[in-house]
Amino acid sequence: MCPDSIKTFFLDGREIPFREGQSVFDAAMTAGAFIPHLCHNPDYEPHSSCRLCTVIVNGRPFASCTQPAVAGQMVQSDTPELREMRRVLTQMLFVEGNHYCPSCEKSGNCKLQATAYDLGLQDNHFPQFFPKRELDASHAEIILDRDRCILCGLCVRVSRDVDKKSVFAMTGRGIHTVIVVDSPSGLLKDSKVTAQDEAVQHCPVGALLLKGKGFDVPIGERIYDKAPIAEDSVAKFQAREAHIHG
Amino acid sequence: MSQAVTPHPQETVRQILQRYDRDPGELLQLLVEIQHTFHYVPEEAVSLLADHLRVTRAHVRGLVGFYSFLSDTFLGDYVIYISDNITDRMLGNQDMAKYLCSRLGVKLGKVRSDGRVSVQYTSCTGMCDQGPAALVNGMPVTRLSRERVDRMVEFITARTPVTAWPEEFFQVEDNFRRSDVLFRRAFDPGTALKAAMLRGGDETLKEIQFEEAVDPASGIAWKRGADETLKEMYRSDLRGRGGAGFKAAIKWETCRDISAPERYVVCNADEGEPGTFKDRVLLSSYADMVFEGMTVCAYVVGAGRGILYIRQEYWYLKTHLEAVLARRREAGLLGKNILGTGYAFDIAIHWGAGAYICGMESAMIESIEGKRGKPRKRWPLPVVAGVEKRPTVVNNVETFAAAAMVALKGGVWFAGHGTMHSTGTKLFCVSGDCERPGIYEYPFGVSIREILRDCGGLDARAVQVSGPSGTTITRPEFDRVLAYEDLATVGTFMVFNHERDMFEVVQNFTHFFQHESCGLCTPCRVGTSLLANLVDKVAAGKGSPLDLEEVQKISQLMKTTAHCGLGQTAPNHLIDSLVKFRGDWEKRMMVTGFVPAFDLDASLEEARQLTGRDDVAAHL
Ligand SMILES: Cc1cc2nc3c(=O)[nH]c(=O)nc-3n(C[C@H](O)[C@H](O)[C@H](O)COP(=O)(O)O)c2cc1C
Ligand code: SF4
Ligand code: SF4
Ligand code: FES
Repeated sequence: MCPDSIKTFFLDGREIPFREGQSVFDAAMTAGAFIPHLCHNPDYEPHSSCRLCTVIVNGRPFASCTQPAVAGQMVQSDTPELREMRRVLTQMLFVEGNHYCPSCEKSGNCKLQATAYDLGLQDNHFPQFFPKRELDASHAEIILDRDRCILCGLCVRVSRDVDKKSVFAMTGRGIHTVIVVDSPSGLLKDSKVTAQDEAVQHCPVGALLLKGKGFDVPIGERIYDKAPIAEDSVAKFQAREAHIHG
Repeated sequence: MSQAVTPHPQETVRQILQRYDRDPGELLQLLVEIQHTFHYVPEEAVSLLADHLRVTRAHVRGLVGFYSFLSDTFLGDYVIYISDNITDRMLGNQDMAKYLCSRLGVKLGKVRSDGRVSVQYTSCTGMCDQGPAALVNGMPVTRLSRERVDRMVEFITARTPVTAWPEEFFQVEDNFRRSDVLFRRAFDPGTALKAAMLRGGDETLKEIQFEEAVDPASGIAWKRGADETLKEMYRSDLRGRGGAGFKAAIKWETCRDISAPERYVVCNADEGEPGTFKDRVLLSSYADMVFEGMTVCAYVVGAGRGILYIRQEYWYLKTHLEAVLARRREAGLLGKNILGTGYAFDIAIHWGAGAYICGMESAMIESIEGKRGKPRKRWPLPVVAGVEKRPTVVNNVETFAAAAMVALKGGVWFAGHGTMHSTGTKLFCVSGDCERPGIYEYPFGVSIREILRDCGGLDARAVQVSGPSGTTITRPEFDRVLAYEDLATVGTFMVFNHERDMFEVVQNFTHFFQHESCGLCTPCRVGTSLLANLVDKVAAGKGSPLDLEEVQKISQLMKTTAHCGLGQTAPNHLIDSLVKFRGDWEKRMMVTGFVPAFDLDASLEEARQLTGRDDVAAHL
């Protein structure tokens, strides 16, 4: 039991303490309860687009990354229904783009792939969309393969809020949404982006990659080769939390 | 004069820019004007806009790619959009589109090689009671017929500018078929506002209106009239007419009670739900009443700034609406010193540019701020942090009109109409298979059957209540009533008779949602496409029972996990149809087992095109 002074809510029957203003997601991860997620990174503003982190709060579904924790609320996350929904959402992301994991440089470091393993995805289930989006290999150090983009919006948010460059934005609508680069030509080489930009470090998939780093770390020794995403991201989350809040 | 691709657009763009503040919030308004001027957004304009407003080019391109009525390629001297709601289809819009294209010698969706004209479909333009409808350079043409198309072709061939086409061509009817207590008489401008300001005393305006005080309990500054009018709003129990049915008084009070240096009142005239056209009629014939409702709201909550966010499809109302606003300023009903009380409030018009999602309030606020119309995070609500993060009341056009009447006649009077939980009257937009389509005002609690009888739609097989995102009602349910106690509604009422194939309705709606999904969240962005593909597969006679299960599964997923109301309600019509009109699906299915969506022959198309072959041997 937690002391009375600490506020808590219940996640799958477990009592989770939280700080005022913390989201359900952040509190859960800090307490060691993994919630699948792709568009959220605790260092940046959440924007609840991938919907993988959907949980049931007092009977209604919400994205946990943007849902404020409230004392006493009942949250369900690890249920067969929600696991199935997350599986289907992940399949949707796989068929919407072109993800040939065996030949992708991100393999083993990719959150989409790791999440698929976590959820026990057997196949893509739906017919592939086979999009043909523009590949931007114009930059000396960075490559943007839009067919692998899952539109998590992290590069957009980080370039705007951290790098203060707003190199990336989205255009199109619906299924035709794509990343655009801010430069007169629309190409990376004419933009302000550099390989040191925070925005290019956090792509969860192999859409934004640094050139010349290909297979620096051999397959088999990559992030999710060492630990499944559930363990890895909880550990990172807790380390970050300990670092910031002591 | 031909308006074909302007060789050096910079000068014109600069002239346009001069008329706007260097405020990023003006971006969409500028793009709309540039699109109207050039019939596309020239590359040169992107750079000039970015520099002028200090935003990135990528941001500007992001808007051009998001809004349907903006284009980065030239659309022709004459830009024609054919409304593609199911009601337009039932009135033969596809034949009209074909006929028009063949007469003009243009391919649907393409610009004619001489740059004269293009024709394409667009989502419902809100003329369902007088379809099939089209927009020509922004002007509505209703009741398309071969004769009308022939005349259009003549004008276009003769390069007659749209401004010189006969006025009757763009005549739009109100078709107000039944009025009840709210819209029986013309509205007398100023009456509701005066009534609001004088409430709680029998003094004259001069004596009481400066009497501002701070309520010792809450520390909030109040005016007696404002306070008393809010009480009337509570007594009226008026619920929002835009769909969710939230109580207006609660929203107003919440907005008022948050301390902030500025507050906004936004009138939602996006009216994007296919089959809905009441806000159009209100803005053409009751604009004063709507603006007055906004002003009463502003007075109650203490807002200084008002915005009418209106869909591009109603561009033809621009001159009229601006004239009404100007008249109200002259009459002291808007501006710095309203009715001599020192109270300041004004209303600006913001144009949408073709995006159903912009009817969703937080997406609308993004659009007002000159961004892509993407819904915001769920919290904070717009009433807490809306336009420019200020407390913002967003209400529907009809809600504001009703609020004006509450201010004028009191909450008890208003609540005397309708039902226990659905007070007042409601406008219904009747279209489809009936003799008298148009606007009908009824007290809440009216039954489907009663409306069908009044509009001459007794042969109905089904009624789509509240649009594609609403509910499909079948014959045995015609005694159900329209009220929050039973069927909640924005007022859309599309009638389908016994000859109609309800699967075609589903196909139309499914493609509507695919086209309108904003693309932010996975379940709706991908789900609406998967659903459209599945429905097309069934339409092509390749469906199997497994596909119907698949439709169910995706629908359920979207309802639970989609970020906003669009994705959550997009599958409603499918779920209804699979239960209520399964036969219309099954008669298209030839097999009972699994059929792959993958079409081997179609997949050879690319190879055929590359090799330039289309002979028998090049097909399977
Ligand atoms: C996809 C979507 C589209 C909407 N379109 C409209 C619209 O066109 N007009 C409208 O008034 N409300 C629309 N709404 C509802 C608004 O979000 C909001 O609830 C409403 O404007 C509030 O006003 P009211 O309380 O007066 O109804 C829409 C909601 C969603 C989710
Ligand atoms: S490029 Fe990567 S970071 Fe950017 S939106 Fe796509 S997946 Fe997210
Ligand atoms: S539900 Fe659809 S419209 Fe709403 S945020 Fe998601 S993608 Fe956009
Ligand atoms: S992690 Fe919450 S919606 Fe993507």
